[in-house]
Amino acid sequence: MENAVKISVKNLNLYYGDLQALKEVNIEISENSVTALIGPSGCGKSTFLKTLNRMNDLIPNTKITGEVLLDGNDIYAGDCDVIELRKNIGMVFQKPNPFPMSVFDNVAYGPRVHGERNKRALQETVERSLKAAALWDEVKDRLSKPALGLSGGQQQRLCIARVLAVQPEVVLMDEPTSSLDPISTGKIEDLMDELKKKYTIIIVTHNMQQAARISERTAFFLLGDLIEEGDTIDIFKTPRDKRTEDYITGRFG
Amino acid sequence: MQRSTRKKAVQGVAFSFLWIGAIITIVVLLVIVGYILYQGVPGLSWEFLTQSPKAGGKEGGILPMLVNTIFLVIASLAIAIPVGVLSAVFLAEYAKQGRIVRLIRSAAENLAGIPSIIFGLFGFIFFGKILGLGWSLLNGALTAAIVVLPTIMRTSEEALLAVPQSYREGSLSLGATRWQTVTRVVLPAASPGILAGLMLSMGRIVGETAALIFTLGSADRIAQSLMDSARPLSVHLYILAHEGISTPKAFSTATVLIILVLILNLTAAFLVSRANKNRKTKG
Ligand SMILES: Nc1ncnc2c1ncn2[C@@H]1O[C@H](COP(=O)(O)OP(=O)(O)OP(=O)(O)O)[C@@H](O)[C@H]1O
Ligand SMILES: [Mg+2]
Repeated sequence: MENAVKISVKNLNLYYGDLQALKEVNIEISENSVTALIGPSGCGKSTFLKTLNRMNDLIPNTKITGEVLLDGNDIYAGDCDVIELRKNIGMVFQKPNPFPMSVFDNVAYGPRVHGERNKRALQETVERSLKAAALWDEVKDRLSKPALGLSGGQQQRLCIARVLAVQPEVVLMDEPTSSLDPISTGKIEDLMDELKKKYTIIIVTHNMQQAARISERTAFFLLGDLIEEGDTIDIFKTPRDKRTEDYITGRFG
Repeated sequence: MQRSTRKKAVQGVAFSFLWIGAIITIVVLLVIVGYILYQGVPGLSWEFLTQSPKAGGKEGGILPMLVNTIFLVIASLAIAIPVGVLSAVFLAEYAKQGRIVRLIRSAAENLAGIPSIIFGLFGFIFFGKILGLGWSLLNGALTAAIVVLPTIMRTSEEALLAVPQSYREGSLSLGATRWQTVTRVVLPAASPGILAGLMLSMGRIVGETAALIFTLGSADRIAQSLMDSARPLSVHLYILAHEGISTPKAFSTATVLIILVLILNLTAAFLVSRANKNRKTKG
């Protein structure tokens, strides 16, 4: 728990036009840990996640105030290189979104856009990433086959491998298992235990058991407010806020 | 009880109208194509396809017009594809969706609705007289490019917009630039749709006559350069029929034209259905 602070968010507000989706959010996320974001639908979990790799830049009419520091540097400062930022902070989406190309090309996509040409190096990266995503054994004989032919669970692990291939420091996951069966979900949860040794992971989930199983820290959002944040054990055993307790015991939402 | 029988009757009448409409369309198509093939196929021969016309087309074949048509298609697409596809990329991927984009879009749509003889007149005056291109392959290609530009823009833009947003998000979140995202993920995913639009445009150019008579000219030789006047198949057909040179030759030329356009349209239809199938398995 005494890991260094990786991401530090200070007084973060985000507006979609007139709608304030995040309100004065303050949180620190430490290195090599898993942080779970929980809260009812529409409370701003995905929005918060997207502020961390500036994917909200794509949405017109958003306004942001406050600071997000990655290793102490403000990612919203004028001189921040968004390309470099997204290379460092990878993202896995709720619905698996492999590109319509081969398994190999999917994983090699990131390194290629960042300038890697060497075939050997690419092959090594692809193999290493697929192994890290616990997918290698299932696809090693079909690397040149279309990725869209994989099962949903395999596609999601492929997307994780695709992120790992660019060697990020932080991996954001937005409900990565919500469209998967229990077996694939189990595989991805096991994977997370492995990944946190090298990466800092932030995961959105609607599944309380999942949050309890895999995370060290948990943050509870409600209507854009960060209500409570702390060690997962404490949040689930002895929540400080009545609303947190109500939510995790299923009394609302 | 009574109401449902009435509903059924209404539906029956509506359906029979739909059927009648569909049948009329098909019959008209078959009659026209059948009649032309019936008149034109007997005149088709290897010599017809590989010889130059003699006596103004009364005798001989259509080789130069066939070649000129191919030249025309290549030259006009060489102009229209970069312009059309790049504007589509700009509209779909870069431009802020707002007033100006809507304006450009509706301008393109209006352009598509203008009778092609107007483009012919424009090409004749502007490219031909003002820019001094005269009757030439280049003038014809420029004019034909304008004729098909709206089609290429529209079909390309639709193909781009049909590419799932999740591909773009996936690419950008890996640290790819916008341009990398467009060229490496979005355009390949949209390519069947774009290609289908190009096929339709080719068919349109092959069949285009009005815009070409004033711009491409009617020299019945294979064009030697972009500045040569060059008669394409469509104009040849027009001249054969209009000047009463040879009705059988006109029908045979028409047959070749129909077959060409048919091949292009069927290829387009095939590409569209394949693109749709891909999209379904992706979704
Ligand atoms: N692109 C957008 N434009 C406008 N409003 C948006 C946009 N995206 C999200 N919102 C709004 O912002 C609020 C937070 O949305 P967000 O997607 O972050 O919620 P969430 O916690 O991820 O919900 P869920 O659990 O359903 O995924 C919601 O009120 C939502 O309607
Ligand atoms: Mg969400």
